[in-house]
Amino acid sequence: MGEIYAKFVSQKISKTRWRPVPPGSLQTAETFATGSWDNEENYVSLWSIGDFGNLDSDGGFEGDHQLLCDIRHHGDVMDLQFFDQERIVAASSTGCVTIFLHHPNNQTLSVNQQWTTAHYHTGPGSPSYSSAPCTGIVCDNPEIVTVGEDGRINLFRADHKEAVRTINNADSSTLHAVTFLRTPEILTVNSIGQLKIWDFRQQGNEPSQILSLTGDRVPLHCVDRHPSQQHVVATGGQDGMLSIWDVRQGTMPVSLLKAHEAEMWEVHFHPSNPDHLFTCSEDGSLWHWDASTDVPEKSSLFHQGGRTSTFLSHSISNQANVQQSLISSWLSTDTTKDRIEITSLLPSRTLSVNSLDVLGPCLVCGTDAEAIYVTRQLFV
Amino acid sequence: MELIWNLCEILFIEVAPAGPLLLHLLDWVRLHVCEVDSLSADVLGSENPSKHESFWNLVTILVLQGRLDEARQMLSKEADTSPTSAGMCRTLGDLMRTMPILSPGNTQTLTELELKWQHWHEECERHLQDGTFTSSPHLETLCKIMLGDEAALLEQKELLNNWYHFLVTRLLYSHPTVKPMDLHLYAQSSLDLFLGGESSPEPLDNILMAAFEFDIHQVIKECSIALSNWWFVAHLTDLLDHCKLLQSHNLYFGSNMREFLLLEYASGLFAHHSLWQLGVDYFDYCPELGRVSLELHIERIPLNTEQKALKVLRICEQRQMTEQVRSICKILAMKAVRNNRLGSALSWSIRAKDAAFATLVSDRFLMDYCDRGCFSDLDLIDNLGPAMMLSDRLTFLGKYREFHRLYGEKRFVDAASLLLSLMTSQIAPRSFWMTLLTDALPLLEQKQVIFSAEQTYELMRCLEDLTAGRPVRGEPDAQRLQDDDIETTKVEMLRLALARNLARAIIREGSLEGS
Repeated sequence: MGEIYAKFVSQKISKTRWRPVPPGSLQTAETFATGSWDNEENYVSLWSIGDFGNLDSDGGFEGDHQLLCDIRHHGDVMDLQFFDQERIVAASSTGCVTIFLHHPNNQTLSVNQQWTTAHYHTGPGSPSYSSAPCTGIVCDNPEIVTVGEDGRINLFRADHKEAVRTINNADSSTLHAVTFLRTPEILTVNSIGQLKIWDFRQQGNEPSQILSLTGDRVPLHCVDRHPSQQHVVATGGQDGMLSIWDVRQGTMPVSLLKAHEAEMWEVHFHPSNPDHLFTCSEDGSLWHWDASTDVPEKSSLFHQGGRTSTFLSHSISNQANVQQSLISSWLSTDTTKDRIEITSLLPSRTLSVNSLDVLGPCLVCGTDAEAIYVTRQLFV
Repeated sequence: MELIWNLCEILFIEVAPAGPLLLHLLDWVRLHVCEVDSLSADVLGSENPSKHESFWNLVTILVLQGRLDEARQMLSKEADTSPTSAGMCRTLGDLMRTMPILSPGNTQTLTELELKWQHWHEECERHLQDGTFTSSPHLETLCKIMLGDEAALLEQKELLNNWYHFLVTRLLYSHPTVKPMDLHLYAQSSLDLFLGGESSPEPLDNILMAAFEFDIHQVIKECSIALSNWWFVAHLTDLLDHCKLLQSHNLYFGSNMREFLLLEYASGLFAHHSLWQLGVDYFDYCPELGRVSLELHIERIPLNTEQKALKVLRICEQRQMTEQVRSICKILAMKAVRNNRLGSALSWSIRAKDAAFATLVSDRFLMDYCDRGCFSDLDLIDNLGPAMMLSDRLTFLGKYREFHRLYGEKRFVDAASLLLSLMTSQIAPRSFWMTLLTDALPLLEQKQVIFSAEQTYELMRCLEDLTAGRPVRGEPDAQRLQDDDIETTKVEMLRLALARNLARAIIREGSLEGS
């Protein structure tokens, strides 16, 4: 990995997301959004990283990121997603879901649409109204799915005032994160360690499938789906354990990898190189997991000073007859063949790394130490 | 603040001896009195520097700050433009050049320096007496300054701007080999002369005076009073403590002064909405009272989202503060129960390993079942896993749900033995026994015999236990009578069913198998 740039921004960052590049374009990521938390006034901000090859007069600092614009946000920013090139959806700890619109000509952000009572414990009709934090969002234009601490799943559509579909009491515990499996199906993880698959085509309020780990019910905090193989899902738990699941077979994870020492906040498959996985955690580290098969040449070029170690995956399902043409390296159960290189990407331990995002060769992450780290040379 | 910090560094930490002390003080003044640079940029940038209105001001300031090389350059410019004063400029320039200063790395002793300086001083004096500079008042003033003439220096009050600048300049030109011990005398007199009785010293002046007097405690005390938060004093005291400068003092309130200030600062951080995470680290470094303070503070952080709660809990767990973990989890679990999020409540009690709370949650579930006749949140109860072992009530709940499932799958024999074991193993609460027995009723009434004779005896024993234990009631009211009626009917039905089942079971067991 090449250079990594840090910038201290006087607000604790809870989420960072790259703006998606238009499909088919050759651009690399240039803009990212961040959300802050735990301040009296929280902000959703847009940042831009400098042009390639544009050396400053000092000869350095070409990668330093600059603030483009920001806007006040009520409550902590619990999750952030880009809806399309100009719109960002933010989930708040007040239970409100907001779509912000970016105006590139005068570099401002404005509120485009808001659902203020998306998540609540006791409803807006009753006198003892109490809101609940909205904990996760996933978007697939034009639909937005949100989940919250009230165990509720909402399906919104941009420009519709009311929710298209709401599943009340979908879960008796807190839903921490959500992702799309196939378009009408979503997968949620909760704080009793279960993955639940919901099908919006069905009318009922029951999940179509429940997967969980036997043994301790460790809460799961984050989930991400493999970009090309839609049955492979990775989750991160409160004990820092990374689990890979195959949702088509069985109710148990395919592999469990002991990873961080504290809660894993986010896990991401790289969107174009899915053999690479990134995780960040409360223990202040950000790890790059490389399961690609041609490992030996790469190891010498990895980030100097980063910790490189190899873990063998423990496989607990004995699926001997896996017969597909594309065997995902994450699912392979042959322990001798499958070595995963793990590298720690941040130069020193900081407070918790709350969020990360990868797009192409660029990675951005935000920490509780009020810093944002950006690198544009992930695979050097 | 940086001013005070640098001064403390020079005086307390570097403990500069007599010669270099002045150099350090000169650097200090140059660093913090900064108009010189903008002024010189102004003057040099203009077309004809020596005709600039602030030219002489600039040269004077340069001399006051002891930047004699730059002053000489200025003078040479003046010499170039006005030939009449060229000669004087050159003389003055020579004087500037020959001023003896202690350069770092120079091996001359202090006495040598003193001698040389004395010579130079006399030469300047001679020039002044001879009237070399009488035709140019500016140059004459400069010479007087270089002689350390107090009156001349005081005339430059505006350029000096504050008394410590005056002090340093004065020392530079009259006592360059000043010893640290004598510093405060000069400081006091400089302060008095500069202020001239017009204004009283400000807090900053008091702090600096205390520093010159080498009274560390006074410095800290004055800073605490004058500055609005504890950041500066906490860090300064910590630094001094690490340099072992505070240990000779014995404080009457017992704990170390450094720790006291750090505790104050960290408490202040905890009062801030987002800096509490930093406060934790500060408390870690206070050996005596740090942990206790952290325990008290961390319980009181307002938790409005689960994510924040998780971070706080992680901090507690890393430091083995189990009491705090338990109390925070209990608060969160109570909130969850109030919001009817029984699954969250359960997961918090599992994290805190709080059996009592798990019992409470299970009781809620059971009450819900009694009210509604069906279970809410089946996804939770069905998938409890090993967490069931946390509390007896929870185990009962799990097993009871299993009984219902077995019944639903028509595996009656298994269901029956499970039901029996639930009652006999004492994990079922007594209040629930009636419900369990009532659940046994349909099994007893089945066409095939499900309960064996032994099992039926057990059930009868349980029923007798239950009815025998009922105390004689006082004044029965209408509702109570009605309840009693229902109870009696149920008991009678059960007795009948049990008796019938017993009969059938005995017959079946008594008859030969297969015959």
